[in-house]
Amino acid sequence: MNTLVYLIPIALVLGGLGLVAFLWAVKSGQYEDLDGASWRVLDEGDGRPHA
Amino acid sequence: MSCCAATIGIASVEDGAGQRQTASEELWLASRVLGNGLRQTELSVPGVHCGACITTIESALRVRPEIERARVNLSSRRVSIVWKEEVDGRRSDPGAFVRAIGERGYETHLFTPGEEEIDAVLKQLIRACAVSGFAAANIMLLSVSVWSGADAATRDLFHWLSALIAGPALIYAGRFFYQSAWKALRHGRTNMDVPIALAVTLSYGISLYETIGHGEHAWFDASVTLLFFLLTGRTLDHMMRGRARSAISGLARLSPRGATVVHPDGSREYRAIEEIKAGEQLMIAAGERIPVDGRVLSGASDLDRSVVNGESAPAPVAAGDGVQAGTLNLTGPLLLEATASARHSFLAEIMGLMEAAEGGRARYRRIADRAASYYSPAVHLLALLTFIGWMLVEGDVRHAMLIAVAVLIITCPCALGLAVPVVQVVAAGRLFQGGVMVKDGSAMERLAEIDMVLFDKTGTLTVGEPRLVNAHEIAPRALAIAAALAAHSRHPIAVALQRTTAATSPLAGDIREIPGAGMEARTKDGVYRLGSRVFACGAEGATNGQSEAILSLDGRELACLRFEDRLRPAARESIKALHSRGLETAILSGDRGPVVAEIGRRLGIRTWWAELSPRGKVEACTAAAGSHRALMVGDGINDAPALRAAHVSMAPATAADVGRQAADFVFMHQPLTAVPFAIEISRQASRLIRQNFALAIGYNLIAVPIAILGYATPLVAAVAMSTSSLIVVTNALRLASTASTNAFDRMEPVACPRPLGIGR
Repeated sequence: MNTLVYLIPIALVLGGLGLVAFLWAVKSGQYEDLDGASWRVLDEGDGRPHA
Repeated sequence: MSCCAATIGIASVEDGAGQRQTASEELWLASRVLGNGLRQTELSVPGVHCGACITTIESALRVRPEIERARVNLSSRRVSIVWKEEVDGRRSDPGAFVRAIGERGYETHLFTPGEEEIDAVLKQLIRACAVSGFAAANIMLLSVSVWSGADAATRDLFHWLSALIAGPALIYAGRFFYQSAWKALRHGRTNMDVPIALAVTLSYGISLYETIGHGEHAWFDASVTLLFFLLTGRTLDHMMRGRARSAISGLARLSPRGATVVHPDGSREYRAIEEIKAGEQLMIAAGERIPVDGRVLSGASDLDRSVVNGESAPAPVAAGDGVQAGTLNLTGPLLLEATASARHSFLAEIMGLMEAAEGGRARYRRIADRAASYYSPAVHLLALLTFIGWMLVEGDVRHAMLIAVAVLIITCPCALGLAVPVVQVVAAGRLFQGGVMVKDGSAMERLAEIDMVLFDKTGTLTVGEPRLVNAHEIAPRALAIAAALAAHSRHPIAVALQRTTAATSPLAGDIREIPGAGMEARTKDGVYRLGSRVFACGAEGATNGQSEAILSLDGRELACLRFEDRLRPAARESIKALHSRGLETAILSGDRGPVVAEIGRRLGIRTWWAELSPRGKVEACTAAAGSHRALMVGDGINDAPALRAAHVSMAPATAADVGRQAADFVFMHQPLTAVPFAIEISRQASRLIRQNFALAIGYNLIAVPIAILGYATPLVAAVAMSTSSLIVVTNALRLASTASTNAFDRMEPVACPRPLGIGR
């Protein structure tokens, strides 16, 4: 029971971080061009997605 | 493609030089204003397929000073260009972007505005999906510990935690279902969302009650997981929904805003089109569109009548001929007498036809909606009966309620909600790989039902561009002179001639174009003429239905150049493939009978109608619809009403903008194989959808008795729901893998290899 007191918040926070990261990735257009991104790794330009 | 397509849609880069001006204008109109003098244009480039293509196109665009940003999206095969309206005081020409991409060997199409708009609702749905997924994962984790035997105190703690996570998630992610269910109930109807909203709310409520009373079973995990699955289905479904597209606004753009009215006293006045009355005289310069129906009083010219009959070959007009609103005056000035006001003109009639036809399409109800209309009352009834039954047997309200909720959750249309959208999204992806774009999911359902295919001729069965067919019979010298003359004209035949001969040496002499007749050059050798036989030789000759141009020197015939429209690649195979699938075919054409019959004979299409007006096409379409469900394939503006009226419709990407907007499917590549390909994929999709329904119903047949008898614990529900959803999704994914290995693979339209680095 004692371990739960800090393990559960940790689990929730980690999950929450994942959620926030996903929402950020969607918002910044990381999912706009999945096929292109794999090619752009090889590109010498800055490769930043423009919204 | 009809030859004027550049003025109304975007032409691929291969189009003649004369049409670029209007292409630029169209691009300008279609671009989105970003502010600060910046504009954004989206072009579809179906030919990109690797990193090298990205670099080629982007670097071709980035060297241009007016371009701020250019980015290729490989997944959607589009390029998005942000550009400055003016550079150093000069207005930018967006047509140059298209040419720059074209010079690298890629075909481009203007993206219809509205389709690329990032959808606000879709973003909300994705966010809700993420939130409910997060909540479902965490609650499931807590539930697993409860199921694996946590002691009472820990179980209560976990239930409370679950309630805390589930509450906000239900409100945030469930609002789509609540809103929709409320809307339906308020209108006295019920839809799929009513049982969903009810199940989710009731299960949350009863779980909270149980938690307060230190109960053993809580349904928090079920209600949130349910929501997550259903939202996934809803998000996919939303991607497949047709956006409201206005095909008509594009048509309205075709009519000019005004025209020059010539008063009886000779004075001229430019007036808005609505104020032009029948009986007034109008001056139409070369290159202008005819604003209202009228009759030619004086002047001669060639009219591009593709709006009326879809044909690329212009028709000569002279005094006394009638002209229709929307047709394009190509070569010489005309003086017209208006015979109708704008409201009663030809274009207005087409718009009316399209509006009428669009109503009919809306009557189709999607499979999912039809299923829901039977499903939700049945589910409600079942849950209610269960409740009553257990009340009669036990008389314990709490227990009866728990079991009724279990029934609601178990029967909740999880798999059903995924059954259709997953298949459709996968099928749309398959079609996209094959170069076919789908406008909405219901189109695929409709395409699977058809038993007849109606084709337009010019631009659909044929490529729509005339081509010189007897070059080998003509002396090179004569051909060179003809090409030199043709270089001064925008007539489609002249453009075709320029294309055949690579380099032309300019002809020394006085060259002029005689409207409605041809070209004339006064040189030291004599007078060269290129045009109709009457014009070139001054004598009536035998014509055999083919387009021809005669080159003459001082009235003596030097050469007879014959032109023919060529069939779209793989047209014959595609028609054969359609026949072998038991589909009937027919041609609806605005062209003359003998030409249509000839094409029909070559392709093996026995049924044809010729010389149809746009209204005639709609009537032929509805006549066919009496006994059949028809797919209409067409490209022109004259086809647009028929495209709308048919059960389902398809257009090539080279079609007029109005045609593309009106069609349900657009195919990007040249070969006609796209038509049987799309039909095949749609049929497979429809088969998979039916299988998925069968799976979902089979699942219910097993799970519902268990729930009614009271054996459905939260653990059973969680396992059953997830399994059925997984099975349905896996079944849908078979479309992505099997379709590429079956015998049909040969039919799949592939990106044509195109020459690189050749500019025209």
